[in-house]
Amino acid sequence: MLQAIETSGQPLAMGEATPIRIRNLTLSFGTTKVLKGIDLDIGAGEFFAFLGPSGSGKSTLLRAIAGFGPRPSGEILLGERNVIGLQPWKRDVGMVFQSYALWPHMTVRQNVAYGLEERRRPAEEIRRRVREALELVGLDAYADRYPSQLSGGQQQRVALARTVVIEPKVLLLDEPLSNLDANLRVQMRQDLLALQRRLGITTIFVTHDQEEANTICDRIAVLSDGVVQQVGEPDHVYDQPANSFVARFLGTANILDGRVIVRDGACRFVLDERSAIPLQGSHGEGEASFVLRPRGLEFADDGGGELAGTIAGSEFLGDTIRYFVEVGGRSLLVDEVHRRGGDRRAAGTEVALRVVPGQGVVLTR
Amino acid sequence: MAALSTALPRASFGQRISWGPLTAALGILLFLVAFLILPVAMVIYVAFTDPGSGELTLANFMDFFRSALFREAFYNSFYVAAMSVVLATVFALPLAYITSRFNFRGAVLIQTLGFVPLIMPPFIGAVAMQLLFGANGSVNLLLRDWFGITIPFMEGLNGVILVQSIHYFPFILINLSASLRNIDRSMEESAQMLGSHGMRLFRRIVLPLAMPGYIAGASLVFVKVFDDLGTPLLLNVNTMLAPQAYLRISSVGISDPMGYVISVILIVCSIFAMWVSISAMRGKDYSTTQKGGGGLSKRDLGALETAGCYLVVLALLAIVLAPHIGLLLLSLGTVWSFSVLPDGFTTEHYVVAVNKAWPFIKNTLIYAGIAALIDVLLGTAIAYLAARTTLIGRKWLDYIAMAALAVPGVVLGIGYLRLFYSVDMPFTGAPLATWWGIIVIALATRRLPYALRSCSAALQQVSPSLEEASENLGAPKVRTVRRIVLPLMAAGLVAGFVTSFATAAVELSATIMLVARESDAPLAYGLYLFMQSAAGRGPGAALGVITVVIVGLATYFAQHLVEKARREQSASAGSH
Repeated sequence: MLQAIETSGQPLAMGEATPIRIRNLTLSFGTTKVLKGIDLDIGAGEFFAFLGPSGSGKSTLLRAIAGFGPRPSGEILLGERNVIGLQPWKRDVGMVFQSYALWPHMTVRQNVAYGLEERRRPAEEIRRRVREALELVGLDAYADRYPSQLSGGQQQRVALARTVVIEPKVLLLDEPLSNLDANLRVQMRQDLLALQRRLGITTIFVTHDQEEANTICDRIAVLSDGVVQQVGEPDHVYDQPANSFVARFLGTANILDGRVIVRDGACRFVLDERSAIPLQGSHGEGEASFVLRPRGLEFADDGGGELAGTIAGSEFLGDTIRYFVEVGGRSLLVDEVHRRGGDRRAAGTEVALRVVPGQGVVLTR
Repeated sequence: MAALSTALPRASFGQRISWGPLTAALGILLFLVAFLILPVAMVIYVAFTDPGSGELTLANFMDFFRSALFREAFYNSFYVAAMSVVLATVFALPLAYITSRFNFRGAVLIQTLGFVPLIMPPFIGAVAMQLLFGANGSVNLLLRDWFGITIPFMEGLNGVILVQSIHYFPFILINLSASLRNIDRSMEESAQMLGSHGMRLFRRIVLPLAMPGYIAGASLVFVKVFDDLGTPLLLNVNTMLAPQAYLRISSVGISDPMGYVISVILIVCSIFAMWVSISAMRGKDYSTTQKGGGGLSKRDLGALETAGCYLVVLALLAIVLAPHIGLLLLSLGTVWSFSVLPDGFTTEHYVVAVNKAWPFIKNTLIYAGIAALIDVLLGTAIAYLAARTTLIGRKWLDYIAMAALAVPGVVLGIGYLRLFYSVDMPFTGAPLATWWGIIVIALATRRLPYALRSCSAALQQVSPSLEEASENLGAPKVRTVRRIVLPLMAAGLVAGFVTSFATAAVELSATIMLVARESDAPLAYGLYLFMQSAAGRGPGAALGVITVVIVGLATYFAQHLVEKARREQSASAGSH
């Protein structure tokens, strides 16, 4: 097993952490608008994620912060300084590339020393800091190897060391885990978190994998179509999606279209003439969507469910069984906990469904 | 278990000796031994043998290095080859850099015109270069009129260096451009992010990453120039190794050991340069492009910069295309001597060329056609045996065939003369070495590596699962190859044929050794004869222009075909 990133020890002093503020950032490739007025505030020392599907603009936004790609309009403030128009080599922004971008003609040591050499640091200081950076990622024994002689995980660590050794103001990670195999990915994301906490550096992590973003980031920004859809802590964004895109992109969701009706102070979400779901709290009347995770529905075998349907099929997911239930022409997903020896409900069975109180979210349209 | 193997008698097919491939492999091996290994071995053996006693000795090599003439020839060959690499680099580097770093419309111009020199044998252009750059050529006449100076572009070794570097610089351009294209943008961006930019970034990151490609191209140029016979011969520069070997054999005779000693030196240097090229590439597959990453970032140019780039590109292209321009002028000019341009223009030379040169043209079409056909057949067979069978030593067929690249044409010619002069033809009783068929075989052997690489590349694009699907549906091996493999390889095979044909049509160095009578001579030899006399130059140039056009068109269509096939295959692969 690889030696893990050095996670113990005191926080390393890297100077004051830098907050990032992005104001009305717009960017086009030719005539195609890729970023459409982005506003974001990322706190000093925060571990922040850009989460979105491919083509959402998340990588373009990250590259714009680093100074790559077409020149955007708007503001990117690193601390107090607007860096728009500043050359990449003058920004003091550290980026770890998806491909790692290690130079194959240089050894690990030479790769890591590069940024310090460009900053004309004294040889003695370079030697010391390179050693420290490699110790930090647990690769001090590999300093004289070439990148091609390292495994994918080790290359990733070298790329990290090469970036943090220059003590950048902010650390940008472009899908850093996508080229690793599944087990290593789980290990590495904890290592990344530990490293970020130890360095205390403002970090942005770009990913399309919600699990990665949820597990390690303080806050996430969900991007789609060049627009920030929602910003918040992972569990908040998951539980209170701002719109149906966010609801679908973070996890699986049933999204039902209908109307909110208020009668005698009680709110109800009406699907059609036969089905209505009581809502908690107060809502305005009108057209709305109702977002419900598969766990938010349960089978009302004892009677009294709000919805009636027929089992259309099921998938065995291990700890749960996911049922596809036909309800008035819609297909709803319902997860039921699986226990050893439990029977599966057969397709064609008539069932009643109950909405677990408090589990649904109403999105007004 | 027993029931199963009776029910499925074909299950054990793989373990049986398959006679078809084995016979084919032995046949190919026989060809390669007879026409490549034995002639070369013979040359090496004679070089180490005492001509009188027949004993093994190093005396011939001592004689070689004791002779001032040979030492000078040795030095000159090295000097010319090295300087040609330097000059070719001067031509190639700006062109490669401009196309890979800037959004520059002229890039298309470079990509098309930059490769034109390769389709003309250098010795054809040599005469035209004399008229343009010689002591009394157009350029020096103008320089004398305007500035009162002349520059000895074409004096002695200078002329060889100029002609060779103009001809071979595309090898560096192709390899260097490919290397630059294969550098992923993130390589550059990560350096920028760490604080590097401009020339420093180029020197520390871009240049080292492009180096293997450059060295591969440069060593190829070195070998080609070092081995070339036609250009120095036509420029009347005889104190170089290849001309010395030719002159020794053709004037002193095939028993003189010096020609063989020179051949061994040529082979050793070729192998050394190839070793340099291979070790430059080994373990340094710096091709770093990622999916969708694309090459180095290209920058837009300002108006002034664009103008500057065009100036550099057009100036270089003017130099590089000078042989073609000169040849065209020569073919259309009445008298061209001591003047900047020909005195008048005429199409007469073309009429003369076609009338007088028809036998040469006919011979070339036959020789190069048969040679290219042999190459494609052998190439396909070798590629298939190496990639798709389990014969022991199957890769060696490929290696041996490719080794022909390291054998200079002069050496192969000398080997054939020595080996086949004592073998009599059936019926006629004339020596086998004087038969026209031996020229065809020499051409086929020399150009086999080109066809083989085409065929291998084409075969690699045919996934084995396509074959397995055919066999699974009941088609036996031979029918599978005929109905599935060959149709899918077709474009690559045609490209292989055309490459072999086009390069064989202008081959001179082995041909010149093996042509026994003028009626058997091919075009390249005919051109050589025409260019020897002042009166023959016009028709010779016309013949040269015709050759360049034919070879150029053939190359263009071959490229076009391969590109089209590649696009279609990648399109169908992408639709999965």
